[in-house]
Amino acid sequence: MKNRVFRGIPASSGIVMGKAYVLSREIFVPSPARRTTEEELATFYSAIKSTQRDLEGIIQRLKEQKSQEGLKLIEVQLLLLKDPFFVETVENYIREGEGASYAIHKFIETLKTEFETIGDPYIKDRFLDIKDVARRVMRKIEGETGELSYQEPHVLFAHDLTPSDTAQLDKKYVLGFVTETGGKMSHTAIIARALGIPAVVGVGGILKEVKNGEQVIIDGFRGVVVVAPDEDTKRTYEKRIREYREYEKKLEKAKELPATTIDGKEIDLTANIEIPLELKPAVENGARGIGLYRTEFIFLTDDGLPDEETQFRYYREAAEMFRDLPVIFRTLDSGGDKILGWQYLREDNPFLGWRGIRLTLDRKEIFLSQVRAILKASSYGNVKIMLPMVSSLEEVERARELLEEAINGLEKEGRHIKKPVEMGIMVEIPSAAILSEHFAKHVDFFSIGTNDLTQYTLAVDRTNERISYLFDHVNPAVVRLMRQTIDAAHENGIWAGVCGEIASDPVAIPLLIGLNVDELSLTPALIPQIKGIIRGISYQECVKIAQEVLKMDSARKVRKFLSQELLSRFPHLENLLVEVDND
Amino acid sequence: MYKKTVEIKNTLGIHARPASEIVKRASRFKSNISIEKDGMEVNAKSIMGILMLACEQGSKITIVADGEDEKEAVESIVELVDNKFYEE
Repeated sequence: MKNRVFRGIPASSGIVMGKAYVLSREIFVPSPARRTTEEELATFYSAIKSTQRDLEGIIQRLKEQKSQEGLKLIEVQLLLLKDPFFVETVENYIREGEGASYAIHKFIETLKTEFETIGDPYIKDRFLDIKDVARRVMRKIEGETGELSYQEPHVLFAHDLTPSDTAQLDKKYVLGFVTETGGKMSHTAIIARALGIPAVVGVGGILKEVKNGEQVIIDGFRGVVVVAPDEDTKRTYEKRIREYREYEKKLEKAKELPATTIDGKEIDLTANIEIPLELKPAVENGARGIGLYRTEFIFLTDDGLPDEETQFRYYREAAEMFRDLPVIFRTLDSGGDKILGWQYLREDNPFLGWRGIRLTLDRKEIFLSQVRAILKASSYGNVKIMLPMVSSLEEVERARELLEEAINGLEKEGRHIKKPVEMGIMVEIPSAAILSEHFAKHVDFFSIGTNDLTQYTLAVDRTNERISYLFDHVNPAVVRLMRQTIDAAHENGIWAGVCGEIASDPVAIPLLIGLNVDELSLTPALIPQIKGIIRGISYQECVKIAQEVLKMDSARKVRKFLSQELLSRFPHLENLLVEVDND
Repeated sequence: MYKKTVEIKNTLGIHARPASEIVKRASRFKSNISIEKDGMEVNAKSIMGILMLACEQGSKITIVADGEDEKEAVESIVELVDNKFYEE
């Protein structure tokens, strides 16, 4: 059947047409013994050797990319591969007459029963790692196409991509990808945006619907996948792809140019970073620094808290890459469940609970080791510290004391620290926005986190589908809080930026400029597009737009007005905007 | 044969990283080394085996070695456990 259309979550922008490559990891029934015991044993050993070479290859690649997280994961897999318990058990099954791959299958099944009796959910989960390795070996024996192949460019379809898969993604051969699971913030979505390839995630059941080699179109703006498009659809998309390419070329030319409005107001365009893989794309897209370096990835390991040295290596890498341009590290912003691993805390209201600065000030060893690591990196660039989830002045004072303690400690150890190290806060809780004139006297900068500010101001959890229509960061209530915060900053001689998703929402850009924001921090891949808007509009016009918005009484009216204003100036953006009332 | 019993002190117990640290240490020695907990005995050079012991904080394990460097082997692993695998 022609033209089968599927919808998912748009995870990374761009449109692409190509042949499908389906990464199949279906459970298969392993073949019984076909040969002599000696031959089966030899097959087993050579499969282990070949798997080992694969893993070592991945390790090499991860080292080049300096991906510490992926590295640890694969190193454990290598240990599991050589595990005497694994090797000996499988050898015994083969000697009892089983085929090599069936022997591994039997091993997995036996182990599964063993691990099911373990109470600790954390250790229980390690069974998945063991299974992953064992299945790699099995695939070698069965010759199953479960690995990524690099013969020709293709659109990758998978149930989910593991970190070891994404570490192997090569932009030259992977035009885009589609996964059955995942959301906008999932690991695979972040990787796609970092690599700048279109992706649609959360397309349930798609693997059953597409065959290897079939022609497909994926639209990363709208979250649409078309399998076997008919001629009409192809023509429509070919046109859109051409338009998009021309548009990208234009943006490319503006890469070295500053983000300045027609009448000369300059905005600092910086990048939001979630994983180190995004640092290079940030530089390539012309970021003027890192406005938000999310540090959570360092902490979300399986192995408890990262030490100071590990953290320092990450912070130094970013500082060195940007030299004089600012790199703003946000201290750990996660809930207790993430940090304490399996002994997770259940809270009735985690978003109103023990998280962000509240947690790190209570567990001050976490805060101190992080701040010390950032301070150590200060001599390699221009680093700044940003506190998340601040709701009261006491938190700022306490953090300041600990910062001083860390500086004194390091100086006693003879460390050079480039002073002063600026400390700012995220303005993302309404109380901080409302009292921003007081906060402004105690910190060096503000960065407005509109995702949380919107969530807390409107009392809307946007991941809750029933009410997500209420979530809009251009809601007039949020806009007023932003104006108040930016004005308070300027009255007190500090700068104010915005690092929420609003900074990459094209229609909101004129409004933000009109509110007199100093800095916008966003996903690296979207910097050129946003710069294009800034360079095509005047500050005076933006001020008028902001004044109009401040008179409005509903989010719907604001968005409609902003869309009209934007499209009247940039008609070519129409295809790139996600329709508001769309599903 | 040489053996010693120690208590697991780190918060998360023996999870993936500590288990791989034990394997790396154990593999440096020629002796046969095993770890016992609640009547279950596993090879200290096997990460899967160690994980299967499911050692939580506060549990006690006995490290047993047999061979020419048995004493050094046991002491080396005890040192690792006592220092919470150098991660806290």
